[in-house]
Amino acid sequence: MSKEKEPLFSAKNLKLLSEPLGQSNPITVQVLGICSALAVTVKLKPSIVMALSVAVVLAVSNVVISLLRKMIPPRIRIIVQLVVIAFMVILVDQVLKAYAYEVSKQLSVFVGLIITNCIIMGRLEAFAMGNRPWPAFLDGLGNAAGYGVILIIVAFFRELLGSGTILDMKVIPQSFYDAGYVNNGMMILPPMALVVVGIIIWVQRSRRKNLIED
Amino acid sequence: MRSFSNTYIFVFSLVLVTIVAVLLSFVSMKLKPIQEMNIRIERKQDVLRSVGKAEKADEVSDKNSYINEEFGKYITDSYVVNFRGEKVDADAFEVMLALNTEIRKPQEERNYPVFVYSENGGAKKYVVPVRGKGLWGPIWGYIALEADLNTIYGAVFDHQGETPGLGAEISTAWFQKPFAGKTLFDDNGTFVSIEVVKGGADPSNPHQVDAISGGTITSKALEAMVKNCLAGYEAYFKEIATN
Repeated sequence: MSKEKEPLFSAKNLKLLSEPLGQSNPITVQVLGICSALAVTVKLKPSIVMALSVAVVLAVSNVVISLLRKMIPPRIRIIVQLVVIAFMVILVDQVLKAYAYEVSKQLSVFVGLIITNCIIMGRLEAFAMGNRPWPAFLDGLGNAAGYGVILIIVAFFRELLGSGTILDMKVIPQSFYDAGYVNNGMMILPPMALVVVGIIIWVQRSRRKNLIED
Repeated sequence: MRSFSNTYIFVFSLVLVTIVAVLLSFVSMKLKPIQEMNIRIERKQDVLRSVGKAEKADEVSDKNSYINEEFGKYITDSYVVNFRGEKVDADAFEVMLALNTEIRKPQEERNYPVFVYSENGGAKKYVVPVRGKGLWGPIWGYIALEADLNTIYGAVFDHQGETPGLGAEISTAWFQKPFAGKTLFDDNGTFVSIEVVKGGADPSNPHQVDAISGGTITSKALEAMVKNCLAGYEAYFKEIATN
């Protein structure tokens, strides 16, 4: 421990929060967690709940693993990480079933599948195992935010174009429908989520040339 | 990297797993009553929706008490009958909650829950739950019958994960509406159930509704579900209708 008095929000720590939003975004740059990004983004509400759930699981698991990092025997570290993640996921799932029943039905198995979300294991293994709890917490929040932002952008377009609503409120006026406008049924199907994610990646890379691989 | 002895690894895993198990059981015990209540409210709302009630469930601030109140007000009676149409001593709501296991029994051994709806002492309507298997997962529904126990007053269906835009359409109004007014028995009093017809039902046929284009398997599964679940009520329906 060289620097004991590093400020809580030092430039280095803030970077942990901001980088995953942009140039090391877990979905668009590292291409992790795609499965759930495709599955739950039909409507905005489940996407927001999913993003929050992942944030809780990732931030807390990161902190727990970081606290335990000197005690965890390297030979069983992956199993220990999985136990911690599974614990958090079951906890979140149970709480949603009790307090947000409707949304938990929409998310169905995908809350449980947070366990298999590569972003979480990736951060535990790559960051929490070698850093102190506070940076690990920020790293968890940052990556969850990076994941959540993409989820919400995708869900926004899919709900708007696929169902004509935002957060289940009608935004496309009836006169449009009367004039022959129809909701795009394709947008509700998972393949279109992939296309939307692709467009986001395209936009991001054309603005940040350093992300483009040769 | 530090090395750890095997004993340490065993003790560490044991302690970790024990802590996790204790915490999770505690949380599960604490939340169980709330979760079960959610399921009960949902079932009550489904029963009410089949007779066109509880329409404000999404607007009211306290949904639970609204549903409970509506259910208490409109569902005036409920009981369980068996295959021979005799009343069985059981709670209809509990039987309905466990209906998924009930329908795996042979038809003769099942218990059949019935919910009786009446508004301000008006004509009775009978709501029966149906359960079945769709293409990707469970499908279910509630069918409300007029007092003649032949004509369908209304039907609602839902599903866990049928294909969006195709099989999932069973939960929409355009699919459910045509069930109203259809009849379960033909002129001779034989049980024919409702047929879900691909390529458009004959509107004058009282036993047919439109299937979903591209959702054939779900449509057929729904037809089988309705038939399978309602057939066992035949004896009871006939008895009540003749009285």
